[in-house]
Amino acid sequence: MTAAAVGRRGRRFGRDEFRDVLVRHRTVSILVGMSLVGFLLYFLPYVPPFSLFNFHQAWLNSFASAGVFVLLALGLNVVVGLAGLLDLGYAAFFAFGAYTYAYGASPFSGNHAPFLLMLFLGAVVAALFGLLLGAPTLRLRGDYLAIMTLGFGEIVPIVFLNTDEYTRGTNGIGGIYRPDLPILGPFGALDNFKYFVVMVFIITITMILLYRLQDSRIGRAWMAIREDELAAAANGINTVTTKLLAFAIGATTAGFAGVFNASKLTIVSPDQFLFAVSFTVLAMVVLGGMGNIWGVAVGAFVIALIQSTFLTQLNQFVSTFRGIPVLDILSRVNFIQYQFLLYGIALVLMMLFRPEGLFPSQRRRMELRVAEELDPEAEAKALEAAAASETVAGGGEPTDPVVVGAMGPPPGSDEDTARPYGDDRS
Amino acid sequence: MTATAPVATAPATRGPMLMLDDVHTYYGHIHALQGVSIEVEQGEVVTLIGANGAGKTTTLKTISGLLHPREGRVLFEGSDISRTAAHHLVRTGIGHAPEGRRIFSRLSVEENLQMGAFTRNQKEIGPELERVMTLFPRLRERVNQQGGTLSGGEQQMLAIARALMSRPRLLLLDEPSLGLSPILVQQIFSIIREINEQGTTILLVEQNAQQALNVAHRAYVLQTGHVVLAGSAADVASNESVRKAYLGED
Repeated sequence: MTAAAVGRRGRRFGRDEFRDVLVRHRTVSILVGMSLVGFLLYFLPYVPPFSLFNFHQAWLNSFASAGVFVLLALGLNVVVGLAGLLDLGYAAFFAFGAYTYAYGASPFSGNHAPFLLMLFLGAVVAALFGLLLGAPTLRLRGDYLAIMTLGFGEIVPIVFLNTDEYTRGTNGIGGIYRPDLPILGPFGALDNFKYFVVMVFIITITMILLYRLQDSRIGRAWMAIREDELAAAANGINTVTTKLLAFAIGATTAGFAGVFNASKLTIVSPDQFLFAVSFTVLAMVVLGGMGNIWGVAVGAFVIALIQSTFLTQLNQFVSTFRGIPVLDILSRVNFIQYQFLLYGIALVLMMLFRPEGLFPSQRRRMELRVAEELDPEAEAKALEAAAASETVAGGGEPTDPVVVGAMGPPPGSDEDTARPYGDDRS
Repeated sequence: MTATAPVATAPATRGPMLMLDDVHTYYGHIHALQGVSIEVEQGEVVTLIGANGAGKTTTLKTISGLLHPREGRVLFEGSDISRTAAHHLVRTGIGHAPEGRRIFSRLSVEENLQMGAFTRNQKEIGPELERVMTLFPRLRERVNQQGGTLSGGEQQMLAIARALMSRPRLLLLDEPSLGLSPILVQQIFSIIREINEQGTTILLVEQNAQQALNVAHRAYVLQTGHVVLAGSAADVASNESVRKAYLGED
């Protein structure tokens, strides 16, 4: 059964068929799609609105940096969007990836391991810490898990900060070697194009792997756990290992991001991995559309660009208002400082008007449009049958689909079922 | 509906299919099961009846591995499963339709059923779906509908059907009649009988003692974590205190 085949009707046949092809040949679609995206992004900075803002090189640089957030969001999406585990300390795994690279390739450690090896090692180290953190904490649920991960996310940068001998504390580890790859050759500070290409490549591979996982047995197990953990266990899903796997895979992706980021910035320091990063990535996942891999990637990319490029440009733009009455106030605003205020406002507005995110997953779309998806004829028949057999029913009645769409969770979901199993210690 | 209660068909050679031997289960400090011993023979329908808080649900959760006993043993087909994890027991042949249905409300009926067959070879799912939908024709009509939009009775059917998808030899049903109209209760119980006649052993927890005793071969009455009465369904149904306490007769 493919998601696209569920409850569809003829009127959108063309589009659905297209989607069906995309789903069936996912790996090829991603390869083609990402190559297209790569080409478009390469030429986009030459096109007017973009060419006015910045130089081509500066754009490529922003794209590559935004790619780091895309990777982070893709990884966090596995934990939060697919498995439904709220992780507020995700930046910690980013840090492990980055510091691993710093140890592997910097004058500070005296090592100079090849980039690709370190990319792999950084991911492994991050994954190991994912398991290490996951093992004791994943027995907890919901709020408790969120608080534990929050704690872990705080501890990790502080440890890096205070173990001066090994990490050079606040100063961080600098002078990290840039990559030297086959074909692309050694990277220099101005080789934004090379970083851009490597980033597109890493994201493509990550997306292919994540889509495969999502469509696999493990993906289904994540979905079950996200919906109802006890029911998942009662259906034969090993909830502990499944959740651990989600954590480890999320951490692996963050490890990639960390290694790449360290190799690009050539410095790692604890302040790169504060709560703000975890929060930003979480906001990206929510805004992009939790659970939808490509939606989350697009969301992260756009937000990261707004953050890195658009706000700076906005600052420059409003500074031209200086001296003009009324508008003068605007010219004194530093929009970069208001970044988190803007996130906050965006999140509040999203939750009010489009809670499923900008690019919702098929499932969430379905959930919010039950009314539209149901075959009206079958629905009428069902209502009739239900009315006949259930005039005295106490346990919920055939739901008016419109109400479901408007009121959020359908009856019988966790929110309105008494939870006799709330005991997290059990 | 068949009016006569079926006769127990217990092969005495292998010992009971399920045996709880002096089981004590706790929730933290709360001593929920205080030495429960019950037996279920292969092919039987056994019911646990009792008031709220008597330990019926706890007993089922202890059997299916969602809880583990602090003392005592749970034997399934001769092997000790007291410490076995829930997900493993599904493979071993114990299906559990938990209290409160707990269907995946945002997944479709079909996806719910597929989830029930998580432990099985994906190729076997097709025939299994067919078998289950023959048992519950209503689910076939609603196969693409979201679980949460089903009516209460349909959700209960889905919960039972989902538990059957793993092809359990022992099916644990927790309050299948809860919150359903009298007609639907009748329907659910006749399906339970049918499932049993197809060869699945059933341990049924019910507050609706009348119906449960009607469908079961044997019954245990639980009270504050103890078994206070055990016997054939007919004997239990005719017991004076049971009639007063659970069947609403003076």
